[in-house]
Amino acid sequence: MTVSPDLDRRFRDAASALGLVDLGYDVVSTPIGELLVGSTDRGLATISFEADPDESLDRLARIAGPRVLRLPRSVDTVRRELDEYFVGRRRAFDLALDLRTLPPFTISVLEQLARVPYGETTTYGALARRVGHPRAARAVGTVMNRNRIPIVLPCHRVVGSTGDLTGYAGGLDRKRTLLELESAA
Amino acid sequence: MEAVAIPPFERFYEEHCTEVLRLLRRKLGAERADDAFQETFLRALRAYDRLDHGEHLRAWVLTIAKNVALDTLRRTRATEELVDVGAEDVRPAYVELADLVDGLGPKERAAVVLRYGYDLSYEQIASALDSSPDAARQAASTGVRRIRRRISR
Repeated sequence: MTVSPDLDRRFRDAASALGLVDLGYDVVSTPIGELLVGSTDRGLATISFEADPDESLDRLARIAGPRVLRLPRSVDTVRRELDEYFVGRRRAFDLALDLRTLPPFTISVLEQLARVPYGETTTYGALARRVGHPRAARAVGTVMNRNRIPIVLPCHRVVGSTGDLTGYAGGLDRKRTLLELESAA
Repeated sequence: MEAVAIPPFERFYEEHCTEVLRLLRRKLGAERADDAFQETFLRALRAYDRLDHGEHLRAWVLTIAKNVALDTLRRTRATEELVDVGAEDVRPAYVELADLVDGLGPKERAAVVLRYGYDLSYEQIASALDSSPDAARQAASTGVRRIRRRISR
């Protein structure tokens, strides 16, 4: 005997409606593979290229608390905006973000990152200058590498000073695909 | 000794949902078990971020389920006897305490077993019994007093 999908869904819906969940997540299918998307009552908190929830649950619990639950509806808006982005119909995301628990330097870098326009690229050094720490290019690189909300916070638009793609948490192929998508649209 | 980390709720739920439903169906029948199932995990979720550690979560959630089943039976004026904590959950802690707690009331028995058998905090016991930490402490101490009185007789 197992818990029927209907009973399972009823429990999840009730938990969400009662506001008892710290972070709801679901897997979202995109042209660059499945993404694990997590939202809190404050907004989108994480997008991960590691889509297997079993591998990611502990990481999700460190973001907002242990009450992590798969709630497909909690990421519906994100799912829709990502769909639009991947077919080239969306250039900017209209989503509240939950950046709590991140250090102030990280947040200020991510705020500048969010301003890098669709279809353009910048460099780690340029981003460092914009947050007022011109020598912190390497630290900016670390922030990009650990970016909790890739795609929406467009770390794929940050490249090396020679134009080299350097690196990407989701792999260089995905970075290239995102940049090509944006330059073609 | 480092406390066992509290697992993300999804993992806890996946691990115990089948057993909880099975227990509730046995106590209540398939029809009433569904609502009780939802209520059990909602109670667990309400208390989850106040847990001190991740130990004995199975005993904890089964106690919540038994308590929900009891509430359901009470509401429907059923006359069934309260289920024993650990009756089908044969674990050493309960077995060791079984003789001692025999004869206690249901809440006292549950409080004593969870406190002294499983070393849960009163906060956790309260969430399992759907009462306050003070009431849980009271129930455990009344239970222990009764046991002492009986033993010393």
